[in-house]
Amino acid sequence: MQTLTQRLANPTRFMELSRRILPWISGLAALTLASGLYLAFFVAPPDYQQGETVKIMFIHVPAAWLSMMGYLIIAVSSFGLLVFRHPLADVSAKAAAPIGAAFTFLALVTGSLWGKPMWGAYWVWDARLTSVLILFFLYIGQIALRSALDEDPALAGKLTAVLGLVGVVILPVIRFSVDWWNTLHQPASVLRVGGPAIHPSILVPLLVMAVGFTLLFFAMHLKAMRNEILRRRVRSLTMAEVERAARFEVRTAE
Amino acid sequence: MDLGPHAAFIWASYAVVALVIALLIAWLIADGRQQQRRLEQLEARGVRRRSARQPFQDGGTA
Repeated sequence: MQTLTQRLANPTRFMELSRRILPWISGLAALTLASGLYLAFFVAPPDYQQGETVKIMFIHVPAAWLSMMGYLIIAVSSFGLLVFRHPLADVSAKAAAPIGAAFTFLALVTGSLWGKPMWGAYWVWDARLTSVLILFFLYIGQIALRSALDEDPALAGKLTAVLGLVGVVILPVIRFSVDWWNTLHQPASVLRVGGPAIHPSILVPLLVMAVGFTLLFFAMHLKAMRNEILRRRVRSLTMAEVERAARFEVRTAE
Repeated sequence: MDLGPHAAFIWASYAVVALVIALLIAWLIADGRQQQRRLEQLEARGVRRRSARQPFQDGGTA
């Protein structure tokens, strides 16, 4: 009996399956995000302390969660490449990097735009903010390392996988930074012992937006993986064509 | 819709999210089309993957 990951190890099978799934995930993401935006702007009340700026939370928190999930995908894929040599693991890790970087950037920018009216500053060298900035640099490192080793994709895959596994240590640091250090950033208010500390009228739109963003992330990740598989096919066919031309030249010269 | 004294921060946040996601989606679609076009060009020149080759077809590659 094959596991799901074993069945998806065949890129052709993955392409077929993802081609069928992608429109459904994309449509569901659009629908959920539209519902979330409606709830955020027309149903959710202003916060008793923060007023309307709480609306920034509906995009900031999902972006922050996905910035961590993106790196978790890279770490799990890196493990899959280094330990199991799964054919799609490197494809998944490479595809997740720019998307994760984009969500981390959004978490930083929206956090900054939320911080100015609430804290009086766009940026403070606080443990949470600084650790998320390091996560952003890790994503940039992933992308830059692959780009620098463009001529040798196999080596690039292995080295970025090592970076992916080493860098995963930042995730618990981000998660617990608000507990371990005194920070300006508020402590965890959704995923915490004792249940969420947010009123359902604000929590529900937040969760709907989070589901919508997560579906969007998976849709984009699937699309990026499909693109990467096509890129690898193009590369291998181009190399095969060059080899065939070289063989033909040798035969002609003989 | 009155978003209070900090409306500019709220709109700016949503605008930057919309812009970045739109750019990301546009890049993914453009990249997919580019790879598909390259693959079709190669196949038009007779360079095919093993699985895409016809039986007894000569000159294909992996």
